[in-house]
Amino acid sequence: MSNLFEFACRMGDNSLVLGHRVSEWCGVAPVLEEDIALANIALDLIGQTQLWLGLAAEIEGSDRDADALAFRRDVWDFRNLLLVEQPNRDFGHTMMRQFLFDAWHFEMLGALKGSDHTQISAIAEKSLKEVTYHLERSTDTVIALGDGTEESHNRMQNALDRLWPYVGEMFLNDDCDHIDTSSLRPAFDARLADVLGQATLVQPDSTFTHKGGKTGARHTEALGHMLAVMQSLPRAYPDAKW
Amino acid sequence: MTKQEWPLWEIFIRGAHGLSHRHVGSLHAPDAEMAIKNARDVYTRRKEGVSIWAVESSAIVASSPEDKGHLYDPADDKVYRHPTFFDIPDDVGAM
Repeated sequence: MSNLFEFACRMGDNSLVLGHRVSEWCGVAPVLEEDIALANIALDLIGQTQLWLGLAAEIEGSDRDADALAFRRDVWDFRNLLLVEQPNRDFGHTMMRQFLFDAWHFEMLGALKGSDHTQISAIAEKSLKEVTYHLERSTDTVIALGDGTEESHNRMQNALDRLWPYVGEMFLNDDCDHIDTSSLRPAFDARLADVLGQATLVQPDSTFTHKGGKTGARHTEALGHMLAVMQSLPRAYPDAKW
Repeated sequence: MTKQEWPLWEIFIRGAHGLSHRHVGSLHAPDAEMAIKNARDVYTRRKEGVSIWAVESSAIVASSPEDKGHLYDPADDKVYRHPTFFDIPDDVGAM
């Protein structure tokens, strides 16, 4: 597999898996306004998936298209970060996961926008507009719930503590990454400190990080269950059209 | 514990530059900034607008329905207030 194919899958699988996770809130979010907002974010992410996996398919040059990559690969072929496959749990947990990913995604797309590869640069530029809004929204929610009631504060702190071991993987770097992802860390850390401060949340001091999502070496058990649901229709009715 | 509802906001959207903002509906939000964000998600997801106003519903002063007799009926027989008595040349086009 070429490095570029691998990289396009990483980007596409991040947005696909998180997009599906967020879509699981459709119809059951705490209030109507959040329900629609989350559905919009999910749709943005699935739209970005079409672009990244479309590019991956083009690079691969076989008969697989974006749909085949999304719906006919199994867990071990997915290249998403472990963070995005984590289950939704409660709304606070979902929004903390979103904020951590958005804050990385924002820096990542900003860097990719300057790529010499015209397709990567174009996808990054288009996605960045959407992600700027995602980040604005998740930032506001993390601050509002962190600095909210005792209940909401505790839930957000629990979410941060639980998700923290998945943050480091976003900045691990190898030859497949189109840019040096470790270079994004200072800007991410600065934003994190600012937002967590406003949210009255405490950043865990551990530097331990789970890894194996973006390389495909070792996903968490959550991904298989998610794919079983996400892929069930196209697997039961291959090539169905509607 | 009683459940506290977010306040209600009236949302106005301007569909294009040069048009005026029009009332499109209402939604709940904890504060003004989130009202704008929620309005963006609820009311502009199909490219309906270029500008959003949010006004807390409680800040709106409305006329009372039972006053409609003396407020509006007097205008019924004052057709001369409508500019319908002018001959408009055809080449003026749509006014």
